Amino acid sequence: MYAQMVKSENTDNGPELDAFQVRIDAGEKIEPKDWMPAGYRKTLIRQISQHAHSEIVGQLPEGNWITRAPTLERKAILLAKVQDEAGHGLYLYCAAETLGVSRDELTEMLLDGRMKYSSIFNYPTLTWADIGAIGWLVDGAAIMNQVPLQRTSYGPYARAMVRICKEESFHQRQGYDIMMKMAQGSDAQKRMAQDALNRYWYPSLMMFGPSDKESVHSAQSMKWRIKINSNDELRQKFVDQTVPQAEYLGLTVPDDNLRLNPETGHYEFSEPDWSEFFEVLNGNGPCNKERLEARNKAWDDGQWVRDGMMAHARKKAARAAASQVAAE
Amino acid sequence: MSDQNTSPRTEWPLWEIFIRGQHGMSHRHVGSLHAPDAEMAIKNARDVYTRRNEGVSIWVVEAEKITASSPSDKGPMYEPSQSKVYRHPTFFDIPDDVGAM
Ligand SMILES: [Fe+2]
Ligand SMILES: [Fe+2]
Repeated sequence: MYAQMVKSENTDNGPELDAFQVRIDAGEKIEPKDWMPAGYRKTLIRQISQHAHSEIVGQLPEGNWITRAPTLERKAILLAKVQDEAGHGLYLYCAAETLGVSRDELTEMLLDGRMKYSSIFNYPTLTWADIGAIGWLVDGAAIMNQVPLQRTSYGPYARAMVRICKEESFHQRQGYDIMMKMAQGSDAQKRMAQDALNRYWYPSLMMFGPSDKESVHSAQSMKWRIKINSNDELRQKFVDQTVPQAEYLGLTVPDDNLRLNPETGHYEFSEPDWSEFFEVLNGNGPCNKERLEARNKAWDDGQWVRDGMMAHARKKAARAAASQVAAE
Repeated sequence: MSDQNTSPRTEWPLWEIFIRGQHGMSHRHVGSLHAPDAEMAIKNARDVYTRRNEGVSIWVVEAEKITASSPSDKGPMYEPSQSKVYRHPTFFDIPDDVGAM
């Protein structure tokens, strides 16, 4: 998902750990100052930061079309959507910071490649229809994952998710709205819509991560309630929800094996190419280099602004203190 | 990049943000953010936390200025209120004949 293949740390044991598990099992929220196992803390930092980084890097593929949106209204909508994603990143960074890491540390770990972001944002946005496909499929897949995380055991993370989920449904709807317009448009527009679906279908399925049936990490994370559903469960749910939406658009999901199993009521579908997923995750996707360069450039170019504003704030505070002394 | 690692850290301080959702309600904690000073914290809070009419008033407090009770105090700190049930109106039986009270 936005946090893919997060390794969970195996952890200390003892009476505190048992009491901790009892609290989780009872559905209690863990708050920043509460006792928590070191592994829980570490895993959460990794997961929440990866999620935050994804929100931030995720602005880049869509930002690509802000200046080229087909109408002023579409441009305003896309701008609002991308601004929301910046907000999501900020909510999540703050949640991660409550676990004892600093914002700058997290940023540096993204910029030098020590921390990852979702594989999906390493694909290019070639046409306007891609913006539709991203809202519909990528935000749609994100929602699948984020809705259950509103009930996650770590309080600040759960609260960030509640805020995020409130805003996501606008994202998915604006994407589907673009797809509807394109799918009902000229032949060239229809072809563009189909092409966007063709390119984004499998990368969207990859967002949920490889099957985690036998993964020890997933088992530990589920026990801690920082992962609620298995990757396969969420992927199935996504396919079941999305295929009829594609049919409504008159578009074809690029999968010859796709069929509704009348007995289970679920769609059967082809797995994405997992070797491609691992390539992208390891930095070899179509846009990995470009994305990281863009983030590094933004950070470096912004250094003087961050320093300047801090210097100004200190000067103002010093002046205020001096005039107070003078008045006394 | 390399001179950044040697220069002193200039991370903006963390601010806790409280927002009054509607007139007549009290301010509620909504989250936190980084800003160089209080004025900028309010501006940033407006962008980050009130993009959809969520508020009519914003308070910002520097996070390190907040003093919090410690979670391990939970038992002893709040126990006295558990044992004084007579503090609740339902403790007293008042006959129906008396009317609303
Ligand atoms: Fe988001
Ligand atoms: Fe979104």
